[in-house]
Amino acid sequence: MRFGVVVFPGSNCDDDCYDVVRDVVGEEVDFIWHKERRVEGFDCLILPGGFSYGDYLRTGAIARFSPVMKAIGSFARRGGLVIGICNGFQILLESNLLPGAMMKNRSLRFICKFANIRVENNLTPFTSLCQIGQVLRIPIAHIDGRYYADDEIMRGLKENNQIIFRYCSEDGELSQESNPNGSKDFIAGISNRSGNVLGLMPHPERASESILSSEDGRVVFESVVSTVKRSPRRSLRNDCPPSEEIS
Amino acid sequence: MKEPGKITPDLVKAHGLTEEEYEKIKDTLGREPNFTELGIFSVMWSEHCSYKSSKPLLRLFPTSGKNILIKAGEENAGVVDIGDGLCVVMKMESHNHPSAVEPFQGASTGVGGILRDIFTMGARPIALLDSLRFGPLDNGRNRYLLSSVVGGIAAYGNCMGIPTVGGEICFDETYEGNPLVNVMCVGVARRNSLVRARATGARNPVFYVGADTGRDGLGGASFASRELTEELDKDRPAVQIGDPFKEKLLLEACLELLNTGAVVGMQDMGAAGLTCSTSETASRGHSGMRVDLSLVPRREEGMIPYEVMLSESQERMLVIVTRGKEREARRVFDKWDLHAVPIGEVTGDEYLTVLDDAGGVAQVPARFLTEGAPVYTREERKPEYLRKIKDVSISTIPEPQDYDGVLKVLVASPSICSKRWVYEQYDHMVRTDTVLRPGADAALIRIKGTQKAIALSCDGNGRYCFLDPYEGGKIAVAEAARNVVCVGAEPIAITNCLNFGNPTKPHVFWQFRRCVEGMADACRILNTPVTGGNVSFYNENPKGAIDPTPVVGMLGLVEKMSFSCTPWFKREGDLIVLLGECTEEIGGSEYLGLIHGLKMGPIPRVDLEKERAVQNTCLELIRARLVSSSHDCSEGGLAVALAECCMSDSGMGSGAVVELEASPEILKIRMDALLFGETQSRILVSCRPRNLPRIERLARQNKVACWRLGVVRGNRLTVRRIKRRVLDVSLEELEENWGKGLSGGDD
Repeated sequence: MRFGVVVFPGSNCDDDCYDVVRDVVGEEVDFIWHKERRVEGFDCLILPGGFSYGDYLRTGAIARFSPVMKAIGSFARRGGLVIGICNGFQILLESNLLPGAMMKNRSLRFICKFANIRVENNLTPFTSLCQIGQVLRIPIAHIDGRYYADDEIMRGLKENNQIIFRYCSEDGELSQESNPNGSKDFIAGISNRSGNVLGLMPHPERASESILSSEDGRVVFESVVSTVKRSPRRSLRNDCPPSEEIS
Repeated sequence: MKEPGKITPDLVKAHGLTEEEYEKIKDTLGREPNFTELGIFSVMWSEHCSYKSSKPLLRLFPTSGKNILIKAGEENAGVVDIGDGLCVVMKMESHNHPSAVEPFQGASTGVGGILRDIFTMGARPIALLDSLRFGPLDNGRNRYLLSSVVGGIAAYGNCMGIPTVGGEICFDETYEGNPLVNVMCVGVARRNSLVRARATGARNPVFYVGADTGRDGLGGASFASRELTEELDKDRPAVQIGDPFKEKLLLEACLELLNTGAVVGMQDMGAAGLTCSTSETASRGHSGMRVDLSLVPRREEGMIPYEVMLSESQERMLVIVTRGKEREARRVFDKWDLHAVPIGEVTGDEYLTVLDDAGGVAQVPARFLTEGAPVYTREERKPEYLRKIKDVSISTIPEPQDYDGVLKVLVASPSICSKRWVYEQYDHMVRTDTVLRPGADAALIRIKGTQKAIALSCDGNGRYCFLDPYEGGKIAVAEAARNVVCVGAEPIAITNCLNFGNPTKPHVFWQFRRCVEGMADACRILNTPVTGGNVSFYNENPKGAIDPTPVVGMLGLVEKMSFSCTPWFKREGDLIVLLGECTEEIGGSEYLGLIHGLKMGPIPRVDLEKERAVQNTCLELIRARLVSSSHDCSEGGLAVALAECCMSDSGMGSGAVVELEASPEILKIRMDALLFGETQSRILVSCRPRNLPRIERLARQNKVACWRLGVVRGNRLTVRRIKRRVLDVSLEELEENWGKGLSGGDD
């Protein structure tokens, strides 16, 4: 299968995602420049972390207007798999491919450290190899990572089982001490309604090799591979023509 | 700004040029310089750019070695061969004065500047480190400086996606009003794709790339070359504003540009901006350069040539392109949405010629600008204070009653405590190469695609250098080397940043000489040549010069990454062993300072041959996988080192039971000196009991003392001497004190 890693000006985890897919997971991968208007031949797109457009104005607010985003919207609407990590998650929120918004961390400071997250839903292409309640040790690195959504969105997320990861303690307990940024309802990652678009603040690509002291993140990429290989129909390797503006 | 009609002696003086210097300029030009030229000379001949006071002493440093590809001073950064066709490019630089005035932007642009020095050489930056010094944290201004400087470093480094993997922070009254912000960057390049900062080939076009030019940072190099005054705010316009996003684009564009083969040379527009980049590239290339200022993109109206030449607006570069390949270069800049305009060309006449709409505005021999500044042999005098503070007799110092309390005070002191509050604000994991994160003795960064890794550490101790600059200089190098050894790397080269007071004060210059001599001797014996560095003079506050603070950035190499070592005890039942000798050395210690309020010598002596033997032994033990942990004994002495081994950053600490029953010589050492004295050349390791005989044998072969101290056990740190309990603290208490030192409870 083939992954695509989207490169926005200011992306800085693009190489890291690329390396993990190619050298650790062992799948094909290409970079996709943000000025591309078509995305073709990919089974899964990754919007990597970084500071697209310097995070000026608001995280992800300018990147959503990059030409490639129209094609990604259309890819997603047709069921294509999309993962937004950190800044990628923020871009997906700004593009309305995922609901909610990000606020500054509770501490108002950048936080880079390992966090524990609990798998809340394993019926997604990104968590299919996980157990419900499994705790993954994966680093976070952000200043705007405090997830927020209003009550209506929150209700929808819960009803549709869209909360995929929650911050937790080592033992999987939910508590404010183990919620590093103050996210609403401990949310670390969510999916869209149809479950093919995932956004998460922790960086699974930074926890995919034992030398980096955790391999827990690899399961996200491996779940995708397993899902795509089990049901080739998921694959959207045919052309995705540019489509109309995402609403 | 309006151009003054006439060059008066006052104007010359205001530009920091002496009468003698001005006469030399007139002699060489054969005329009076005009206002623009005066500005050009004032920045190029400033201490910051010309090294006119430090040059003769910097020659004392050993600069060659089998791994050194580009020597100190030849280019903007030194280059070290690490094999496999790869090399490491590294440099450290100060941004002290800007950070004193506007800490967030000052620190931020310090990071930006050092990054450009690395990537303009064709290397991809892979790590940043920072060495920071502030006044005590009970002063609100210092707390503000700390949080703004850390915030500024984080904002720039995190956005660029270069991990900040280590450094050091220290607090002392001497830095009140004059904090030190030293930033180190390390990059990796293929040997054959290094770029020189040289302008060669007459008629090759000169491109200006990046941000537009404004009035910010005007005369920053001269600002850095004088003492800060009490009217700090007046100097605020001399501080630049950073745009890390623009720099990220520059970084990617520059590295992509190398693949086009269109680049002749590149240089960052850092200190002294357009002036320095044009004259230095021309001078190094034995060429001249003609630039037309009317082509320089500007963001402010009405700038006169003087301002354009002296602006230090950030995120700008000068790129010399092969004639005929302009289109390839443009394609790359366009891709990254960067503004790139040809502003002139390389010439064969060895002159820097500056034009604008109206015609010529400056014409000066390029080499005269870069090499012509007079070199000074400053007056030196051994300072008076040394006589008063040299001797400290331990018998006059009361022995503490409560050793538990002393240890808790030491581990909670801001200079020793956990630096988590700082490094968690830095993205230290991006690039997925950080094998050992901040908190270990040195950072360890793997080099993807090879089996190699590099270890990095920053070290310097101003108090030691104040009390004994020669020994202090030696210790800075020795300790930095010991740190990289403790993670399993072989020390191979250093860079440095030398922070001192006003060099025209004889005692300051004496301190400078002695520090450099000490560092040079240590570098020679430890076989770590100096690849370059930076000198920052005029670090003074109203009370006088800061403590002499040379900071060493050490590069260590792991050839085959199969095993690395961390400081933390790993396993219940492991034995704790000290490599190196204990002696009664209490002078200059954190203990004396914090507990007894004394800043007195003599500081610990380093026997460099012994140091090398201890380091080699530790390295052999790590490579043979005989030890489970290794940690340098430094500030706070043996007791603090033991405590640090007990407290792991991941929260899984292990206790230790230590029995100080050893030779009669050790029993002669007073307890506080034994526990808190900072004797050098000591490394604390732990091992499985079955490995002890081999460790002892190896140490014996290398003539290194090896003392079995105790065992890893339980959840308390307990130290006994002849069955008497001297120290007994629970891990919980240690961690609580150690963890809270910096955060000040604000989280």
